[in-house]
Amino acid sequence: MLRYVIRRLLLIIPTMFFVALITFSLAHLAPGSPFDRNENRPLPQEQLDKINRYYGIDQPIPVQFVDYIGNLLRGDLGLSFTRGRPVVDLIGQGIGTTAQLGVQALIVALAFSIPLGIVSALKQNTPLDYLSLLIATIGTTIPSFVTAIFLIYVLGASLHLLPFVGWGTWQHMVMPTFVLALAPGAFLTRITRASMLEAIRQDYVRTARAKGLREQSVIVGHALKNALIPVATIIGPATAGLITGSFIIESLFNVPGIGRLYVISINQRDYPMIMSTTLLYAFVIMIANITVDIVYGALDPRIKVS
Amino acid sequence: MAQQLLDVKDLHTQFFTRDGVVHAVDGVTFHLEAGETLGLVGESGCGKSVTALSLMRLIPQPPGRITEGSIVFDGQDVLKMDDDEVRGIRGNNIAMIFQDPMTSLNPVLTISRQISEALELHLKMDKSEARKRTIELLDLVGIPSAKKRLDDYPHQFSGGMRQRVMIAMALSCNPKLILADEPTTALDVTIQAQILDLLKNLAREFRTAFILITHDLGVVAGMTQRIHVMYGGKIVEKADTAELFANPKMPYTWGLLRSIPRLDEHRKAKLVPIEGLPPDLIAPPPGCRFEPRCQYRRDVCKEKEPELKRIPNAKPDHEARCWGTQEGGWLVDTDWHREIGDTRVIEEIKKEVADLPAETKKDGEEPPLPPPSPVN
Amino acid sequence: MATTAVSTRRQAAQHDLAARKQRSLWRDAVWRLFRNRAAIAGLAVIVFAAFVAIFAPIIAPYSPIQQNTPKQLMEPIWTRWFGSQFTDSGYLLGSDELGRDILTRLMYGTRVSLIVGFVPVAVIFVVGASIGMVSGYVGGWVDNLLMRFTDIIYAFPDLLFVIIIVATLRGTELGTAMDGLLLIFVALAIVNWVGLARLIRGQVLSLKHREFIEAARAIGATPVRIMIRHLFPNVLAPVIVSLAFAIPGAMLTEATLSFLGIGVRPPTPTWGAMINEGFIVFQATPWPVLLPAFCISIILLAFTFVGDGLRDALDPRMKI
Repeated sequence: MLRYVIRRLLLIIPTMFFVALITFSLAHLAPGSPFDRNENRPLPQEQLDKINRYYGIDQPIPVQFVDYIGNLLRGDLGLSFTRGRPVVDLIGQGIGTTAQLGVQALIVALAFSIPLGIVSALKQNTPLDYLSLLIATIGTTIPSFVTAIFLIYVLGASLHLLPFVGWGTWQHMVMPTFVLALAPGAFLTRITRASMLEAIRQDYVRTARAKGLREQSVIVGHALKNALIPVATIIGPATAGLITGSFIIESLFNVPGIGRLYVISINQRDYPMIMSTTLLYAFVIMIANITVDIVYGALDPRIKVS
Repeated sequence: MAQQLLDVKDLHTQFFTRDGVVHAVDGVTFHLEAGETLGLVGESGCGKSVTALSLMRLIPQPPGRITEGSIVFDGQDVLKMDDDEVRGIRGNNIAMIFQDPMTSLNPVLTISRQISEALELHLKMDKSEARKRTIELLDLVGIPSAKKRLDDYPHQFSGGMRQRVMIAMALSCNPKLILADEPTTALDVTIQAQILDLLKNLAREFRTAFILITHDLGVVAGMTQRIHVMYGGKIVEKADTAELFANPKMPYTWGLLRSIPRLDEHRKAKLVPIEGLPPDLIAPPPGCRFEPRCQYRRDVCKEKEPELKRIPNAKPDHEARCWGTQEGGWLVDTDWHREIGDTRVIEEIKKEVADLPAETKKDGEEPPLPPPSPVN
Repeated sequence: MATTAVSTRRQAAQHDLAARKQRSLWRDAVWRLFRNRAAIAGLAVIVFAAFVAIFAPIIAPYSPIQQNTPKQLMEPIWTRWFGSQFTDSGYLLGSDELGRDILTRLMYGTRVSLIVGFVPVAVIFVVGASIGMVSGYVGGWVDNLLMRFTDIIYAFPDLLFVIIIVATLRGTELGTAMDGLLLIFVALAIVNWVGLARLIRGQVLSLKHREFIEAARAIGATPVRIMIRHLFPNVLAPVIVSLAFAIPGAMLTEATLSFLGIGVRPPTPTWGAMINEGFIVFQATPWPVLLPAFCISIILLAFTFVGDGLRDALDPRMKI
């Protein structure tokens, strides 16, 4: 088990290397230096040369890449082009907020979707099932910024129930958290329902009933234990969804996290910010995927993790 | 008359599907005394398993429902019990062994958990008592070094071993009746005999009655005292085991016997399949259910359904549902070994099947007869 | 002589039976699809949207980019009944902050949405299907390369990858071609072909040792022929379902990119861009945002319902 985890963790290194290579190449395919295209703040030529030297942009690209990787390994993510501050500081400032928002959303998603999916499966083809399927379909289909807009319009702008700009009090967190939770929650509901439907049709559930167990013990002790195994695998995609969701939600609700920072950096072509944040996201997702595999192995005795 | 352990009368179990009502069990009546063993034999889809599940009220509902009849077990009608009372019987007084040990055990629970569950529930044992008893049970069913394997998961056992675990589970609360639904079908031929022996010996040792459900007459031969043959949701022949093999009185049973390879026959016996498809249980034939496939049929078979009745030239408790072998019928003296019926009728049946539209055929995709297996 | 006649007739009958069975598989699927009311409603919405997209220049009342300064931020005509002062009977759905007619822009926005839905998916189909087939059937270095590539692509969320490609390449010639549409096509294709290739590879791997493939090989069919004539029809059902879901996925990505301000370049009207621009004036009037948001929701739901219907019709065993 431990050896497996270590091997998986070691595999992060080559993958991260390729991710860095891809983002680096893309950033350097962009025409010219980011500074000479900044129309808002034209820079004098000598300062530009200085900056180019400072960032090593005058060096050949392979050399730049090697430098870049070397700096990464020392924890130096470079300076933000537009803010003139170390990227590490900027990310450090926003990461807490983003993580909090993400974890809250994940908890909300799990708390609603798993019970909903189970009930939906147990009451298959009843109005309750159709309702939860409809909600799940809408949740997976409609983009979160659209849902957010409708919510902002109704709860914020019209009814003035909740603030929709900024971050701080719990009232500020309600709408962003729920909107961010919606897509993963809806997806989880569908998975839980499908997986539970599969489980309650299995022979071992009949065996459990034939033992004389109460229906509750049959469902919880036998069916659910099996049904939740596939549900665990979507923690990976859910994390990815939370990350991409955070770009939009943080921008819309003006939440001071790295998602919003990322979108601003994209619009300002702040490449050190874009590259570093992308690497961070890829890292988080790889960790999430490893977690999924470990959890999966722990839940399902048939899978031998080695 | 001594009180019977199980008395099933006129049992009807139906499934309400989009295509219509499936009459899976259609008026089945039989009884069982304490410690007695019974074989229930017939093709897939003839209602054997549904009968067994009905006895424990395990029919999935919807779409299934027991619509008529009574099941008196130990003096009480199972069909009139409330849910708690039925649960008190399941696993405790009536236990069931299912066909596929690969899928009938929960893959994510240890076997000790799965066996002790019933012990804790019905016999109110605490965890350590249940664990001790589980070890005893596993020893009893012949699982080597039971103590060590207690906390293994089902996938760590072979098919035969898993079926032993299922038997241990069934025996755990000393039930009065065990329902074994095709317990050996999913196993290797070499393992089948071991499992059957184990079942038979343990049942004798504990004086447990059991009903052995199988499609294979060869399997019940040495196992049970009596045999009931089912076809199309009905019992078509009832007899002592020896009587049934020596003197079968129903063309369907003849067909089943012809499809078993026998080692004791020196002639170059050819295995003869039963032509045609099992009956459509949504709209069963109006007359005898076997008539469309019967090579001995006459017009009366198509028109009126025969009753399950005593048969001339047979032991008194031998009953069959056939116009031909009943009093005054045309098959009373027929020797089924020699006369295989009208070959023209056989060709007719083959042709009818060939002319059926493809989709109907797909429904009855299972082979008309299960693969024969050697008599042990 | 007689026996030959019989056997020929039997062969003909078997052939006929096989043909009937094959036809009925697809006919069954179509029948199941048309019995699904949600799918039919979705199909109707899509046909309507296609009609609007094609005839937008004829039916739209104005030009989508023509600005009308005194008539900015008109509200939809029906808000008059609720006491709105800012309506104009010339602007049924109102106007945006530059005085452009929202109805017209919504109609033209349909064009971008549908094009973005279909064009990249067609590319994904061609690339993904050929590489997936070769990877599954032939194996070798193609297969190895595919698997390594997937590992890397799977480390990114799809949307993140698309965002990086589009954000970095927007300034290049590729990024300016077709108002930025071409770059979106390319990014969507690069990110999404892998999923389809993986799906087909898996299916082909499970089919390749089946008897009918062995039989085809035994009579000397070439690998290309086996792939096209024997394997492809058998993997078609899951491929159709997967593509049906890829279409709304691509539309959603475009809307998100435009909403983030890195999609199709203004002033080309797209629904996502309309939401982005309208959000600045959201406090003044919500309609420039709500109307395109509504359109996006409807078209995405329509495609999802059709996808669900197709999945249920083609393979009832598929899950989720």
